[in-house]
Amino acid sequence: MNKVWLIIQREFLNRVQKKSFLITTILVPLIFPAIIGVLVYIMKKEAESAKADTVQVVDESGKFIFESGKRFAFVPLSMPLEQAKKAYNETKDFALLYIPPFDINKPEGMVIYTKENPSIEKVGNLESILQDRIRDLKLEAYKIDKETLKSLKVSINLKQINLSDTGEEKSSNSQILYFLGFGLGILIYMFVLIYGIQIMQGVIDEKTSKIVEVIVSSVKPFQLMLGKIIGIASVGLLQFTIWIILITALSTGVLGYFGLKMPQQQAMEEVAKQMDNEEVKIAMEQQQSKATEVFNNFFQLPLGKIAFVFVFYFLGGYLLYGALFAAVGSAVESMQESQQFQFPITLPLLIGYFGLFMFILRDPHGSVSFWLSVIPFTSPVAMVGRIGSGVPDWQLALSMVLLIGGFLFTTWIAGRVYRVGILMTGTKVSWKVMAKWFMMKG
Amino acid sequence: MNALLATDVTKIYSEHKALDHVSITIPEKTIYGLLGPNGAGKTTLIRIINQIINSDSGEILIFGEKLKEKHIEIIGYLPEERGLYKKMKVGEQLLYLAQLKGLSRHDAMARIKVWLEKFEIKDWWHKKVEDLSKGMAQKVQFISTVLHEPKLIILDEPFSGFDPVNAQLITEKILELKENGSTIIFSTHRMETVESLCDHIALINKSKKILEGPKKQVKENYRSNTFLVEHKGNGFTLPSDKYEIKNQVRIEEDLYSTTIKATEGIKGNQVIRDLVDITELYSFQEKLPTMADIFIGLVKADGDEALRKHLQEV
Repeated sequence: MNKVWLIIQREFLNRVQKKSFLITTILVPLIFPAIIGVLVYIMKKEAESAKADTVQVVDESGKFIFESGKRFAFVPLSMPLEQAKKAYNETKDFALLYIPPFDINKPEGMVIYTKENPSIEKVGNLESILQDRIRDLKLEAYKIDKETLKSLKVSINLKQINLSDTGEEKSSNSQILYFLGFGLGILIYMFVLIYGIQIMQGVIDEKTSKIVEVIVSSVKPFQLMLGKIIGIASVGLLQFTIWIILITALSTGVLGYFGLKMPQQQAMEEVAKQMDNEEVKIAMEQQQSKATEVFNNFFQLPLGKIAFVFVFYFLGGYLLYGALFAAVGSAVESMQESQQFQFPITLPLLIGYFGLFMFILRDPHGSVSFWLSVIPFTSPVAMVGRIGSGVPDWQLALSMVLLIGGFLFTTWIAGRVYRVGILMTGTKVSWKVMAKWFMMKG
Repeated sequence: MNALLATDVTKIYSEHKALDHVSITIPEKTIYGLLGPNGAGKTTLIRIINQIINSDSGEILIFGEKLKEKHIEIIGYLPEERGLYKKMKVGEQLLYLAQLKGLSRHDAMARIKVWLEKFEIKDWWHKKVEDLSKGMAQKVQFISTVLHEPKLIILDEPFSGFDPVNAQLITEKILELKENGSTIIFSTHRMETVESLCDHIALINKSKKILEGPKKQVKENYRSNTFLVEHKGNGFTLPSDKYEIKNQVRIEEDLYSTTIKATEGIKGNQVIRDLVDITELYSFQEKLPTMADIFIGLVKADGDEALRKHLQEV
């Protein structure tokens, strides 16, 4: 056991001391806040520096009253279109808007003339200004005032509450659960794959550099394999912990800097201010109350339990697949050669991954979801995808026990292939050959 | 006491018998040559002694005790295929390998320093293995083999990859280790190594041991009563019932070298007596068989073409 500890130490220190470890550990969590930060910064800058575009207007209908705002400065022209076009061409203005006489029930024939292709956003903004005005005209025509209209607007938000067996009420939110399950499931999938491949790479390196014969003359091959798997797992856990801490700290920092406002919210406020539109304000308030509700719901989730389950399935899944990756690494002599074996062993993991989208997130309590989250090969991805939605304890216990059994089983198989494989060179390896190694006596 | 006593060791891989009832006796504090062509079973035997693999049947005693896991610590093994962790520093690497052999970190540290000094490579501690030349890496690996002062050292082709200067250095260290009480097993193809270093030898061929014993005795057993004579002039005749002239070569001008095989029972003195009357003798010696001669002879008798060819190549 002392020797396994030495191997774990070497695997851990050797990886942690590498520059690449330092770089990925620090850079990865920086990427997301950095992208968000840069985008928010650019949006702010652009909003500040934006000048209103001048739009010349030839309104032959006489139905419009244009108010210049932050976005557009309107210059009404009282000349025929042909003349206006010529005049527009000599200016540097953004656009020339032409409104012919029209029927409010069939508003047609409006044209915008520009020198360059205008952005969809700007055209859309102009369109909505026109639409608002025509709608107002219609309201007038139908003799409906704005207040009546406002009172007609209805908004319903179903509050979700889980009634537990004890009658305890728990507010829930399927959206949070969806994203939580989605995020955690993908994390497990990625971790198992990334660190599994690291195990394989390590085994191949030891085999091709021939150091392995020296090592196995000092320790049992199984100890070497175990030490490597555990060593890399601790690297993964360390990296993950640092990521969590850094991401939390950074996002708090970034959000704090921008006044705890998400970019969308901020944009909406801008719009509301500018348009001075009651409807938007109401919608925004609703949105805000929804956001706080989301926060509250999130913290009502059994976060401790979820974290525990996540770490358990991360380790369980990693150990289960890590052993298989080690076995493949021991059999081949290069990464290229390993490819043909990689796909079959990761197939169940991939099934879990697709199952996450097709069944678990849609229907966490269906029978397919149940089986996926209980079978050890798919359960690491599937169970963390389900956990937020509340999994009965007996299912969780069954799944955990099976996962432990599963990784003991794969480790046992892998160990038998590994002990023979690492000393075999120049053999053309196939599944059949590996099966033979597995059957071989010590 | 015997350093190693293997009795009837057999190992069978699915269809192939790698070792077939092999028994060897390795006396303590000797250099023991394990000879044989590739695929004969040498590596399998060595791996069994190192407990990398298990034998199917047979028994191995090491210094009188049944071979067990704890004996890993008294064995040092230099495999034929050398290898180190390329990205690790020399010092760390040696420290790691020594600790795996059961040394404490503290002891390992002290001994590494001593050995690095012995090889005059003290400043290599922080060098990465990938930055070393092949010969340099070999030195590091040799140190890793003997660092824990093993009582039994197994060296598989120890001189491959060394230039003559370093090969000499390694030879000295090996003899030093023997002086200090270690037993050394050489697995090799190189007959000159066997001639100059080994005290005992065993020949394994086709999974079976076909010869074993002290080198001197083996040579004695294969004496063929052949003599090498340098003399003046080429013409002499010897009584054909007692002698057979095998070969005559002109060395220079009037000086010739002749190989004479005498019938059994005729001693060297008698040969000289017979020769001084008929020619002017310059030198006289008994032609002892070389290891290569013995093996080729043995194998010819065994009718094994492959081995004979192999030994000739070597």
